[in-house]
Amino acid sequence: MENIFKRFGAARRFDRRARTEAAGSATPWRETVFVTCPKCERRAARQNWAESLYVCPNCGHYQTIGGYYRLSLIFDHGSFRELNERITAADLLHFPGYSEKLLIQKRKTGLSEAVVTATGRIDGMPVVAAVLDSRFFMGSMGTGVGEKVTLAVEYAAAKKLPLIIFSASGGARMQEGIFSLMQMAKTSAAIAKFSAGGGLFISYLTHPTTGGVTASFASLGDITLAEPGALIGFAGPRVIEQTIGQKLPDGFQRSEFLEEHGFVDQIVPRSEMRATLSKLLRLHTTAGRRHA
Amino acid sequence: MIIKDVLQQVESIDARLCELKGDRTAGALAEVSRLQRRRAELLAGCIRLKAEDKVFLARHPRRPKIDDYIAALFTNFFEQRGDRQCKEDASILGGIALYKGQPVTVIGHRKGSDLAGNMKYNFGMPGPEGYRKALRLMKQADKFGRPIITFIDTPGAYPGMEAEERGQGEAIARNLAEMSQLTVPVIAVVTGEGSSGGALALGVANHILMLENAVYSVLSPEGFASILWKDASRSGEACEIMKLTAQDLLKFGVAEEVVPEPLGGAQLDPNALFASLDAALEKNLTALRRMNGAALQAQRYKKFRQIGQ
Repeated sequence: MENIFKRFGAARRFDRRARTEAAGSATPWRETVFVTCPKCERRAARQNWAESLYVCPNCGHYQTIGGYYRLSLIFDHGSFRELNERITAADLLHFPGYSEKLLIQKRKTGLSEAVVTATGRIDGMPVVAAVLDSRFFMGSMGTGVGEKVTLAVEYAAAKKLPLIIFSASGGARMQEGIFSLMQMAKTSAAIAKFSAGGGLFISYLTHPTTGGVTASFASLGDITLAEPGALIGFAGPRVIEQTIGQKLPDGFQRSEFLEEHGFVDQIVPRSEMRATLSKLLRLHTTAGRRHA
Repeated sequence: MIIKDVLQQVESIDARLCELKGDRTAGALAEVSRLQRRRAELLAGCIRLKAEDKVFLARHPRRPKIDDYIAALFTNFFEQRGDRQCKEDASILGGIALYKGQPVTVIGHRKGSDLAGNMKYNFGMPGPEGYRKALRLMKQADKFGRPIITFIDTPGAYPGMEAEERGQGEAIARNLAEMSQLTVPVIAVVTGEGSSGGALALGVANHILMLENAVYSVLSPEGFASILWKDASRSGEACEIMKLTAQDLLKFGVAEEVVPEPLGGAQLDPNALFASLDAALEKNLTALRRMNGAALQAQRYKKFRQIGQ
């Protein structure tokens, strides 16, 4: 009984965070009736933004959304619980200024790291999900993110649950040096092991997915989905332009470009995200049962 | 940075010693012994090098390259080219060879030792085809039960348009995942500069050995400085705070062993380096050969699993 209360308590906390994120207090969104799109610069009622899941009602621009809010969009109401909430970054190199920066990021976003991991149900089907949150340190992967993602993968493997990871990252977190780089190997090895056991991994790429995250777990999905117009690549556009000494064509490294080049199964609009995931889960009801 | 200056002085001493060779006059002999003393003194000052000096040595144009390691440590090398999907990427060299009479698969970054070679091998910056070739050879090694030895020396994966179009990120990710599942011994030797995912894509090994003056980092110091401070010229400063030396990585538990180099760097006496690397390789390979496939997989998983846990 006590357990159930604990569970509901956690779910309520989760809900509250998702609502705050959607309402804007932990995002650049201010509490106003009208919201201006950063892309087309036209205004629309907040209500309309919310109904379109923060895709601009005028131009279709995908606004960045918070991790808790995204999870609240896919999970059955009240069915989810956060995993390893307390794990946070470690300043293993004693990097000048890093601890202070982490504190600022934490205060700014209300997150403890750039990823939120949780378990819950989608149309009654239990899954493990992780969402990288680009508002925290550009969603960069250091030891905190690597450890949380790995624990989520290992949890999914142990419970024989499907795994969904929403990526959004600037790449490896520079301030954690070689430890950040090694998180690529760690997370990829965890996915490989999970996969060898027959687990289903759906990788959902959102804006922006670059660097060390692209070059590790984000590219290892059994199914790879992408949000429209997301920047997805290994090297950043600026680095490529410097290397080749010319401007990149429009649409280079966008979701549609990746689909065209064979690296994405489907581009899925945010409005269809939940239904698509539900359909895929239903198509994989035997996943993870290979060694059961 | 002190090493650049020291190496210049050593070079001019070596040139003079070369001139004096065979000269048996008392004056010449005296000069030879004086120069040799001076040379030893200069090199003795290289016992404690700064990270920036090590980066300089790791990138030294005359530092031994993968071809040299293959020639010195292996026999019967047979090169295997192509990824069987798109093309041959010469910035990665790979094939089968004998090590102490036993077949092994050898794979490594190839930089070239002069400008023409640098251009031909794209300065050791592979595209996805290079990584896919490497993976093809590794899976073959797994099939035939051959240990894999990789040599890491790259400024990073190539950041170009075609590389992106063909899935640079996917290629690296696939290598990381597949390498973690290999059932044969994998030893990675960081011989020069190991930068970013482009290095790691050959680095998911049971044991990582680092040459004494090799460096291994999340990004090149220049890239690091330009991302963090928008100023690539502060790379010297970056070297110090990045903790990228072999000694740092040994302390962090990322590397298992540091392979000693001759004072002043491997380029001054490659044979001395080959001897110490040979000994380290043999020791590590012998230890890993005692383990079965499942144990090798488990040890490799655990090694990376506990980094930053």
